[in-house]
Amino acid sequence: MINRVSFNENEMTYRLSGEIDHHSAKTARELIDSLIQQKKPSVLKLDFSDVSFMDSSGIGLIMGRYRMMHLYGGELCVVNVPDQLEKIMFLSGLGALGVIEKKGEAYETVE
Amino acid sequence: MKPLNEMELWFESRSSNEGFARSAVSAFIAQLDPTIGELNDIKTAVSEAVTNCVVHAYRNTIGRIYINVKITEGAVVIIKIRDKGIGIENVAQAMEPLFTTAPSEERAGLGFAVMQSFTDNVNVRSSPGKGTTVILKKRISRRVYNG
Repeated sequence: MINRVSFNENEMTYRLSGEIDHHSAKTARELIDSLIQQKKPSVLKLDFSDVSFMDSSGIGLIMGRYRMMHLYGGELCVVNVPDQLEKIMFLSGLGALGVIEKKGEAYETVE
Repeated sequence: MKPLNEMELWFESRSSNEGFARSAVSAFIAQLDPTIGELNDIKTAVSEAVTNCVVHAYRNTIGRIYINVKITEGAVVIIKIRDKGIGIENVAQAMEPLFTTAPSEERAGLGFAVMQSFTDNVNVRSSPGKGTTVILKKRISRRVYNG
């Protein structure tokens, strides 16, 4: 799993990749949390473009980061959710939390 | 019912085997030519069941997780995931969405809820101190099995 991180003013985008399960979520969680603590971004974007599989461990990962960002007075945003992950994302109730942006809405488009 | 095809495997309850388990089951089921969605559903349900064995059944120890997969008439897949771990005192409570005994590890408490919505049927049998068996059933819709 190679994850990439980028910064844009107070916004941090963390691009996850590969399969997210109980095994891989642990590493991602530790990396993201240490970055949040170092950089204190006001917005954390979790980009799922390159995630091919996710089970409920991914939900735990998102919920945990959601709580952490709120603790710092920031916001969490889940972007670029591939079709195959929609079912689990919406089953979890994350849809109601309003943190999921639909595909293609993650980046500003210029008309 | 006599299965048309069957496979069985066991592996150690290490978290690194979670990916192996769901990939092995999905590779076996690929012969039914499932849709990507069906295969993804099965992988997700298996991943949840195996993670339960790793996180709960064999907490702080390493034990064996046994998987048996049967393909039966009408392309119905029966997946049995068994452990010899601590067992579940109250199965009904364990199956409630959001119930978890490991919130500090960010377990969302959705394992059984995911298994239930991603398969057609989930059956759980457990005896405390002896272990747990989860049986997942799912019908693969697309093709007639001709193996």
